[in-house]
Amino acid sequence: MSLWLVMFAAGLLTFAIRLSFIALEGRYQPPSWFVAWLPFVPIAALTALVTPDLLLVAGELRLGLDNARLWAGLVAIGVAAWRKNVLLTIGGGFAALWAIQLSG
Amino acid sequence: MSERSEAFWLGVRALLPMHLGVMPFGIIYGIVALQSGIPPLAAVMMSSIVFAGSSQFLLAQLAAAGAPALLMVGAAGVVNLRHALYSASVAPMLKQLPRRWKLLLAYLLTDEAYAAAIPHLLASPGSPMAHWILFGAGFALWAGWQIATLAGVVLGARLPGNLSLDFALPLTFIAIVVPLLTDRRRIAVALVSGALAVILAGLPYKLGLFCAALAALALAAVPARKGSQ
Repeated sequence: MSLWLVMFAAGLLTFAIRLSFIALEGRYQPPSWFVAWLPFVPIAALTALVTPDLLLVAGELRLGLDNARLWAGLVAIGVAAWRKNVLLTIGGGFAALWAIQLSG
Repeated sequence: MSERSEAFWLGVRALLPMHLGVMPFGIIYGIVALQSGIPPLAAVMMSSIVFAGSSQFLLAQLAAAGAPALLMVGAAGVVNLRHALYSASVAPMLKQLPRRWKLLLAYLLTDEAYAAAIPHLLASPGSPMAHWILFGAGFALWAGWQIATLAGVVLGARLPGNLSLDFALPLTFIAIVVPLLTDRRRIAVALVSGALAVILAGLPYKLGLFCAALAALALAAVPARKGSQ
């Protein structure tokens, strides 16, 4: 029974975090430095989400040729910069990943 | 097609490629939850009650370890702290909406929905259809996540293959971030945030992600004051 309580409490807390600034908007005037941050949020947050996946293997920094995800990720960054297309980027990244995995 | 449904489907389409990564993730969650001793009904319902992948994995792990309830709730919340950043980012675009829309979009505000919608939201600032784009992306992720966890719980460990499909998620985030890097400051923010996230990856409950993003954001704002004002 307590598992359900934990689930509902964790769900409520998660919801409250996601709602936080959406609910506050219009009720207070955020400081100007905070507003200046906002355009950079997607870059800062999404990059932080990606780099550990590319550079770490089981928590260890791995920059060698054997880290397939690092090189496949770099290929994807190249494709994304070149064509700015989501499907091409995913396709290029997977092609590189599988090629490295098969050859390794 | 009406403007609303056009915006909705734009959000759905932007999210669809991520399902390649979300599906295996959700299936694995279903399997891990059962292995952690969580009953099938609770494992499936958690996907709509908590609706946050990394929190759900963590809750399953902590349940298996017999962790105290308060710790489980706190940890699940801390893992999602970064979502407050997304909330701040989209809040100005949702300012005019009625409360029920704000509640709905907050419930659906995940990494994936935010990432899928934000390039479109930034491309048309002040668009009266912004909430439909976010709703399309959020709903598409929600539906996929429910199906995936159900599949994981029902099919269990019988599912085959390791094609590293989870890699679709970082690849999609790359596809979204790279086109946003339009000047030196944006590139610097990405480099700092990315490097710090790797350095701080050892912090528990994904706190490293949150701290790295915050530190990079602080850096982004400081020179702007001196230079442009």
